[in-house]
Amino acid sequence: MLRYIARRLLLTVPLLVGISLISFLMMHMAPGGPIGAGTDLNPKATAESRARLKAYYGLDRPLHVQYGRWLGRMATLDFGDSFSPDGRPVAEKIKERIPITLTINVLSMGLIFLVAIPVGVYSAVRKGSLFDRISTVAVFTGFAIPTFWLALLMMILFGVKLGWLPISGISSLDHESLGAIGKLADRAHHLLLPVLLAGFGGLAGMSRYMRSNMLEVIRQDYVATARAKGLPERTVVFRHAMRNALLPVITILGLSVPDLLGGSVIFETIFAIPGMGQLFYQGVMSRDYPLIMGILTIGAFLTLLGNLLADVGYALADPRIRQG
Amino acid sequence: MKESAGMGRGFARRLLRNRLAAAGGAVILFFFLVSALPGLFSSHEPNRIDIVNILRPPSAAHPLGTDDLGRDVLARVVHGARVSLKVGFVAVGIATVLGLLVGLLSGFYGGWVDAVLMRFVDMMLCFPTFFLILSVIAFLEPSIWNIMAVIGLTGWMGVARLVRAETLSLKERDFVAAARAQGAGDARIILRHVLPNTLAPILVAATLGVAGAILTESALSFLGIGVQPPTPSWGNILTAGKDNIEYAWWLSLFPGLAILVTVLGYNLLGEGIRDAADPRLKGR
Amino acid sequence: MSESPRWAVLSSIALSLLLAACGGGKPEGAGKGTPVSDVPAYGDAIVEGSIGDVSGFLTAVTTDASSHEAAGYVFNGLVRYDRNLKLEGELAESWEISPDGRKITFHLRKGVKWHDGLPFTSDDVMFTYRRMIDPRTPTAYGEDFKQVKHAAAPDPHTFVVEYARPFAPALASWGMHVLPKHLLENHPDISKSPLNKKPVGSGPYRFVEWKTGEKVVFDVSPDYFEGKPYIARVISRVIPDQATMFLELKSGGVDIMTLTPPQYVRQTETAEFRKSFNKFKYTASGYTYLGFRLSHPFFKDRRVRQAIAHAADKKALIDGVLLGMGQEATGPYKPGTWAFNPDVKKYPHDPGRAKAMLAEAGWKEKGGVLEKDGQPFEFTVLTNAGNDARSKTAAILQQNLAEVGIRMKIRTVEWAAFINEFIDKRKFDAVILGWNITPDPDQFDIWHSSKTGPKELNHVGFANSEVDRLLDEGRSTFDLEQRKKAYFRIQEILAEEQPYVFLYVPEALPVVHHRFRGIAPAPAGITYNFVKWYVPAALQKHKIQP
Repeated sequence: MLRYIARRLLLTVPLLVGISLISFLMMHMAPGGPIGAGTDLNPKATAESRARLKAYYGLDRPLHVQYGRWLGRMATLDFGDSFSPDGRPVAEKIKERIPITLTINVLSMGLIFLVAIPVGVYSAVRKGSLFDRISTVAVFTGFAIPTFWLALLMMILFGVKLGWLPISGISSLDHESLGAIGKLADRAHHLLLPVLLAGFGGLAGMSRYMRSNMLEVIRQDYVATARAKGLPERTVVFRHAMRNALLPVITILGLSVPDLLGGSVIFETIFAIPGMGQLFYQGVMSRDYPLIMGILTIGAFLTLLGNLLADVGYALADPRIRQG
Repeated sequence: MKESAGMGRGFARRLLRNRLAAAGGAVILFFFLVSALPGLFSSHEPNRIDIVNILRPPSAAHPLGTDDLGRDVLARVVHGARVSLKVGFVAVGIATVLGLLVGLLSGFYGGWVDAVLMRFVDMMLCFPTFFLILSVIAFLEPSIWNIMAVIGLTGWMGVARLVRAETLSLKERDFVAAARAQGAGDARIILRHVLPNTLAPILVAATLGVAGAILTESALSFLGIGVQPPTPSWGNILTAGKDNIEYAWWLSLFPGLAILVTVLGYNLLGEGIRDAADPRLKGR
Repeated sequence: MSESPRWAVLSSIALSLLLAACGGGKPEGAGKGTPVSDVPAYGDAIVEGSIGDVSGFLTAVTTDASSHEAAGYVFNGLVRYDRNLKLEGELAESWEISPDGRKITFHLRKGVKWHDGLPFTSDDVMFTYRRMIDPRTPTAYGEDFKQVKHAAAPDPHTFVVEYARPFAPALASWGMHVLPKHLLENHPDISKSPLNKKPVGSGPYRFVEWKTGEKVVFDVSPDYFEGKPYIARVISRVIPDQATMFLELKSGGVDIMTLTPPQYVRQTETAEFRKSFNKFKYTASGYTYLGFRLSHPFFKDRRVRQAIAHAADKKALIDGVLLGMGQEATGPYKPGTWAFNPDVKKYPHDPGRAKAMLAEAGWKEKGGVLEKDGQPFEFTVLTNAGNDARSKTAAILQQNLAEVGIRMKIRTVEWAAFINEFIDKRKFDAVILGWNITPDPDQFDIWHSSKTGPKELNHVGFANSEVDRLLDEGRSTFDLEQRKKAYFRIQEILAEEQPYVFLYVPEALPVVHHRFRGIAPAPAGITYNFVKWYVPAALQKHKIQP
C-alpha cells in the first residue's frame, strides 16, 4: 500500500512541472502585456513611464529566464509578486481567497452527495418509473440552466421580493460585532443561495453516474445470488449493490475538482464573493501574469491532490488494488 | 456476441422507445430547423435597430418583444440559434477529432506513444477547463472562431481517454486478430474495425459536449468575452437581458429558455444513446 | 456584461471622486420620505457599491477608478477642484504665481495632523515630489513633476516650485495626494510599502480595514481640518456585477451607486423607488468618439471624414445607447466649462449630404456599396470587448453608414490586447473609444504632432501646425483669456478637420438613499461636499459610535 502511494506521489512530480510549463507558455503566447492594462488610455501615462514600468516588472528579460526564476520559486509556493499596483505576493493573495472558494465547493459537494446518491440509487432501482423520469429531467435542468440567470432570479425572489436572504456578499455589515454563533449563522445565511445553486448545477453528473453504476451492479451475479437466497430487496439493494456501486463514485470526486473551481468564476462574480474565481477573472482581465500562473498552478495542484486522494481512497476500499 | 454491438439495428428502436431521449431529439431537430431556416420563424432582421421601440414588451409586431436597441427578440433568438449551435458543433468537432486521433494512436500502438500521450492528457485534465478558456479567450480576441477553437482545444481529453479504453479492449478481440491474420494493415484495422466500434461512446460524449459548449459560451458572454454583439448568440442576448431582468423580463426569459431546453435536450438524447447502445442495460 | 467602469479611461492625476465628478447637476425627485426635522446630525454609515476592488491606496502608483475613489477619503492634495471645477486650496491655504509664471509658492495650512497624530509640514510635500520623480516609484503620473526645475521648502509651511518656463497644467498636478514622509522614507518603492494597503493620511476619514475583493471600511476622522464630517462610517463594497448591485440597492444592501441609463430611465421610475432614493444627473467628464487612422487611404480625405460625421446619427446614438442621458459632443471639451467652444461647425445627421460629399470625393455607388477605383468602401472599426455602450454605438453607426453605402465591420478585442496590439501599433482603420476630459484643458499629448510615435496618445496621427502652436501657447500661460482663445481656436480646427467624429458626452447618473441630506449638485457633481452630507437623527439606520 505504501509503495502504491509513493509511486502515485512520484508520478505527480513530472505532471506538476508539465503543468507549470503549459501555463507559463500559454501566458506568454498571449498578445499584449500587463502594462497596457495598468495604465489604460491615460493622457498622463507617457511612453517613458510605460517603459519604466516594464523594466521594473522584469518583463524585458528573456522568456526562459523569467520561467526559470518562476519555476524555482514555485517549489516553495512563492509565485512572485502580483503585477497589480499593490504588488503583493501572489501566494498571499491566493491564500486569503482560497478558503471561501473551498468552503463553498466542499459544502455544495456535500449537498450533491446527500441528494444525488439516493436519487441515483432510487432511479436505478425503479428504472423507467415516473420518479426516474422526473428526477432525470430535474437533475439535467439544474445542469442546463445558465447559472447567472438562475442566480439572479433567485436573488430577486428570496432577496428582493421575500426579503429572506441577503442578495450577495459573504457577511453582514455588523458581522464583526456578532458572537461566534452569530457569525456562523450570518455566514451560513449568506452562503445558502450560492451553495444551493452550485449543488443544483452539480446534481446531474453525480446522480447519473450513481444511477448507471447501480444498474451495472444490479445485473451482477452476486446480486442475483443474494436475491436468489431470498434476501429482502432492501437488503439486496443497500447492503450488496449500493456498497459496490458507491466505490467508483470516489474517483469522480477527484475529477470534479477542476469543474467546481471553474464554475466558481461565475458564482463569485454574480454573488460578489471574494474568492479565487473572482481573483482569477480579475487577474486575466488585467494581465496579471504571476497571479494567473499562480492560480492555474494551484488549481492544477488541487486537482492532482483530489485525484491522489481519490486514488488512495479507492485503493484502500478496493481489495484487488490493496493486495496488488 | 456480434462485434458491433454498439449501434446495431435494434439501436434506433431502443432509442425511440426512450421517451425522454425522443423528446430531447425532437427539441434538437426543432432547433436545427430553426437555424437552417430562420426566415420561417421570424421575418424581422436580427440586427435592425429601431431606437423608437426600445425594450417593448411582446406584441403582435414583436412576438417576443424588443431588446435594448429596439431589435426584435424573436429574430435575435432565432438567428442566435445558428450561432450558438455552431459554437457547440464546431467546438465539439474539434474536440472529437483531436480526441479520436490521440485515443486511437494511444490505444492502438501502446508503449511509449501511449505513455507520452496519456501523460499529456493527465496534465491537461488537471487544469480547470474554464480557467484555461477564460485566459485564452481574453488574451486573443473573443471572436466566434476563437471561442469555438478554445472550447474544442480544451475539451478533447475525455474523448481521448474513452477512445483509448475502447481501442485497448477491441484490439484484443478475435475479430481484430482475424483481420490481422488476413493481412490487414494498421490503418485498415483502425478504420474498418476499431473506429466503427468506438462510435457509440463518441456520439454520447459529443452530444454532451455540444450542451457543455453552449453553456460555456453563455458563461463567457456573462463575463463580457463571449460572442460579441451585434452578432446574436443566446449567451449575449441573455446577458443583455440580465441587466434588465426585472423591467424587461422577455429579454432574458426567451434566450434563457432556449439555452435550458436545448442543453436539456442534448443531455437527454446523449443519455438515451448511451442506454440504447448498451443493450446490456436494457432493463433489470 | 454591461458598462464596465473597470476599463473606464481614467481621468488626470490623483483627483479622487470626492473632487473629480463634474458638471451642472440637478436633483431628481428630491427626498420624498417622511418629513423629519432636517437638522444635521453625526452618525450612520453609507455603503457604496463599487464594480472593482481597490488595488492600493497610494494614488501615485494606482490607475484605476476604484482605488482613486477610496484613497480620496484618506488623503489630501495641496489643491483640489471646487464645486465649479475651479482650483482651490486643500492642504495649501493659498498660493502665488510669480509674474513670469515660472514660480509657484504654496502657503500650507497650519495645524494639520496625520491620522497617527504627527504634524503635516512642507517636508511631506517635498518628500512626495521627490518620490514622484524617483525612478524607483512605478508611477504613471511623473511627467508633470519632471517639469519642475527646482523645489524648495524654506519653512515648515511654505513650499516653492520653479519651472523652466510657465507651465499651466502644473498647478493642477499639485492635486496629487501628499504622502506622510515619516511613514514612507524607509520604503524605496512606495507601491510595496505597508501604507499602500493600510493608508495613513490627513483626510476626512481614517482607514479601518480592507478585505480584498469584499469591502473597504473607513471611519470618520474627528479632528479633520475642515471640521468633523457627519457620516461616521464609509463602507465601499465590491459587487462586480451591475445587475446584482442594483438588486442590492433595492434591498438596502447599498446606499449609493451609479445607475446605467436603462436603470435610470426605465427601472427606477416607480413611486416606490422615488420614495426611497434620490436620483441625480450631471454631465460626465468624458466623451466617446469614432477615430480614424488618418494615414488610411480612405480617411486621408477630409471630405470623407466630414461625410461620415454627417452620416452618423448622434441623436439616435444618444437615444439608443444612453436612452437620452447625454448630449452631442462637438469637440474634446465638456459643454459648459470655460474651455468649451459652443460655436464650432456642427454636422447634423444628413445622409443625403453625406452621399453628395462622398461623391465629390470620388466615391460612386455600385450595388448599394460605394466604390472608388474599383475598391469598395469597406473598413473595420475596432472597439474593446465587454463595453456595452461602445458595442451599441458600433451597431448603430454600422446601420448609419450602411445607409450611405459604407460597409463597416465591427471587431471587438479585449482591452489590454486592444491597446497593445492595435492602438499602440496603429493597426486599425477606425476605432470607437472614449477619453476622459480633465478639468485642465491641456491636451498636448492627444493632439500634438510630436505625440504620434508608437504607444503615444495621438494614435490617429493628427498633425496640424496651427494646432501644434496653439497647444504650446495654451499650456505656457496662466492667463485664462489667452488660454481660452487658444483652446477655442483648436476646437474650431478639430471640428473642421474631424480627425475624430465626436459622438456624445454621457450623463453621470448617481443614486443615493433618501436618508442622506445635504447633497448639493454642482458642476463638479455631488460628492465634492461629501463631508457635509448627513442623516437626520431620526432616520439613522446604523448605530455607530465613532
